[in-house]
Amino acid sequence: MRAYWLKQAWQRVRQLSGDDAYERYLAHYADVHAGQPGAHAPLSRAEFFKQWQDQKWTGVKRCC
Amino acid sequence: MLFLRTESLFVTVQIIKKTGKNSIIMKAFWSRAGWASLALLGAAALAHVAMARGETLNALWLITAAVCVYLIAYRFYSAWIAANVLAIDTTRATPAERLNNGRDYVPTNRWVVFGHHFAAIAGPGPLVGPTLAAQFGYLPGTLWILIGAVLGGAVQDMVTLFLSTRRNGRSLGQMARDEIGAIGGTAAMIGTFLIMIILIAVLGLVVVNAMKHSPWGTSTVAATIPIAMLVGVYMRYLRPGRVLEASLLGVILLLASVVFGGWIDHHPVLGALFDHEGLPLAFGVIVYGFAAAVLPVWLLLAPRDYLSTFMKLGTVLMLAIAILWLRPEIHMPAITPFIDGTGPIFGGKLFPFVFITIACGAISGFHALIASGTTPKLITSEGDIRMIGYGAMLLESFVAIMAMIAATVLEPGVYFAINSPAGVVGKEALDAVNTISSWGYQVTVEQMQHLASAMGESTLFARTGGAPSLAVGMASILGTVFGEHLLALWYHFAIMFEAIFILTTLDAGTRVGRFMLQDMLGNLHPKLGETSYTPSVILTSALVVAGWGYFLYIGVIDPNGGVNILWPLFGIANQMLAAIALSVATGILIKSGKVTKAWITGLPLIWLLAITTTAAYEKVFSSDIRVGFFAAANDLSQKLASGVLPPEKAAVAPQLIFNQQLDAWLTLFFVSMLWVVVLDMARMSRRYFAGQPVRPSSEAAYVASRLV
Repeated sequence: MRAYWLKQAWQRVRQLSGDDAYERYLAHYADVHAGQPGAHAPLSRAEFFKQWQDQKWTGVKRCC
Repeated sequence: MLFLRTESLFVTVQIIKKTGKNSIIMKAFWSRAGWASLALLGAAALAHVAMARGETLNALWLITAAVCVYLIAYRFYSAWIAANVLAIDTTRATPAERLNNGRDYVPTNRWVVFGHHFAAIAGPGPLVGPTLAAQFGYLPGTLWILIGAVLGGAVQDMVTLFLSTRRNGRSLGQMARDEIGAIGGTAAMIGTFLIMIILIAVLGLVVVNAMKHSPWGTSTVAATIPIAMLVGVYMRYLRPGRVLEASLLGVILLLASVVFGGWIDHHPVLGALFDHEGLPLAFGVIVYGFAAAVLPVWLLLAPRDYLSTFMKLGTVLMLAIAILWLRPEIHMPAITPFIDGTGPIFGGKLFPFVFITIACGAISGFHALIASGTTPKLITSEGDIRMIGYGAMLLESFVAIMAMIAATVLEPGVYFAINSPAGVVGKEALDAVNTISSWGYQVTVEQMQHLASAMGESTLFARTGGAPSLAVGMASILGTVFGEHLLALWYHFAIMFEAIFILTTLDAGTRVGRFMLQDMLGNLHPKLGETSYTPSVILTSALVVAGWGYFLYIGVIDPNGGVNILWPLFGIANQMLAAIALSVATGILIKSGKVTKAWITGLPLIWLLAITTTAAYEKVFSSDIRVGFFAAANDLSQKLASGVLPPEKAAVAPQLIFNQQLDAWLTLFFVSMLWVVVLDMARMSRRYFAGQPVRPSSEAAYVASRLV
């Protein structure tokens, strides 16, 4: 039971920090884009991370 | 309140009728009894906080009162708004579900969204504002933080988040344009841009004042830059996307830099290298701001933000635990004589200036931009809006209460000695302690020297801006837990902690300002609007940095410290943005037929109109030279003309005169912008009441959620 909660909490921390963003992207890719006509291969980890960060910092993200 | 009770009674009766089980009656009874005793406890704590006139007051009373107020407001008021005003519908698919693209629109766990939202809204504002407002005593600021948050700020955040979620995550400016008129949208955009400029300038000034003649502080703050870059390179090239690993490495290095700073401080050569006046430090911050806006985000901005978020969450938690554990005594009186407007830290009476000084922590218009930006695109179910919108603001308000405690646990004499500018109490230590002691707040030169050396600083006199006094407060709280000999370390840890997220706001703000400027200039010349066109990036970044750099420069050369001018200007601007957000919300509530419930945003709006308009009026027209911008400018020009100014003051006087006039015009601009939006909303409401056509609702059509 305790192991389960620890695992849950750890997952939340990873999700909150964006540590698992690439894994979530791969899952989303497999769900939606994989096997679609014209779909290209998923981005590499480094490539994905670069785009993810650039996109994250467009617009108002921090306040006073 | 009565309505609430009868309604929940009705629900209880229904449940009992349905199930007829004893256990449910008992459960309902215990739940009632629990909330009733919480309400009693809260009322008793608040009464004690308000009435206590003893020598000291235990900080636990403040914490108890705050927590009870938050819990009751959350349980009853926010639930009532969610159910009866907004009519939250958990069967309705949110934009995150309907438009899920795996990138910006992603249904996300509510706790994760809460964390993102809180990290985005809580910056240095709730730490600095209460520290400055403590010159009125602990009571006025504390009451405003509590009441302002539960009836104003949290409502604004939650309603804006709801409206934006119902409109596919549209921004405040877009919603104003779509629902009320083009004027509101433009005003919101220009207002945001100007607030950004003022905000960055005042935060830059806070950092500069914290680093002035402090080799330890300066070297630690400077070390955060290469550390952030190292973390950036690690996350980009060495181990792409391993955010947690990289952040852990960064946090360890940051802590090491605090310790290492102590060594630099005593080093004869390196110590001198980091020992500077305000002006060179200000130029350093300006150059840094420009570099941060132009460099790619992965190198500096993003990694710094990770570090600052971890530091922020960790330190806030640590401070909360320390306060609960130690239950420190508050030495500041409940109310000081400075409510008459003669306060040394900033001029102006309790009304309206306590409400302007504490913006973040009570109500902050800036939050409306976050609540209509990233957050609505992550919400899985409308049922999460209450916890994220209302709840995160309550947590920020709690941070403000802790800042108030950290400022007021200091002896009042010490607090005033640290925070009063040299222009008010005198440049020499002896003059300063005599002036402050003459107000009835005893302090001696020896006491201040002893404190400064315990904190590892050469002096603590006139360290305006709030950061050093907060750091002394935090260090004395944390120092009692972990040992007095570590005071200097805690002090510089606190300075580093404040500086790191001030610099994050500075980076991110300059970047946002750049995007906004590019957007505006793109209308004149399309090429300038391209966010990746290098000449445009350099030009617009330079313009934004020049904008805040100017105010920062003036703030540094101002013998009265600059914070007394810039902070009220920021407060007025931030409250103006809040009033714009509340106008948009009230307008939408009215035209969607919820006229009788539009007071939930209408009343805070009226209050904000009253305080911002009064404050702006006083800042522009007051004849008190410590309040009125024009009065100060005229006074200084007369002194300059009659030759009574000492040469070093005469040299900067023309710039200060120009700046005071500029600030007056800026204030007038802010307040007229606010009235334009409010009148536009009133015009739309009048049309609605008269049965004339108004702009149609831009709410997205109902789609049933498949997640419930």
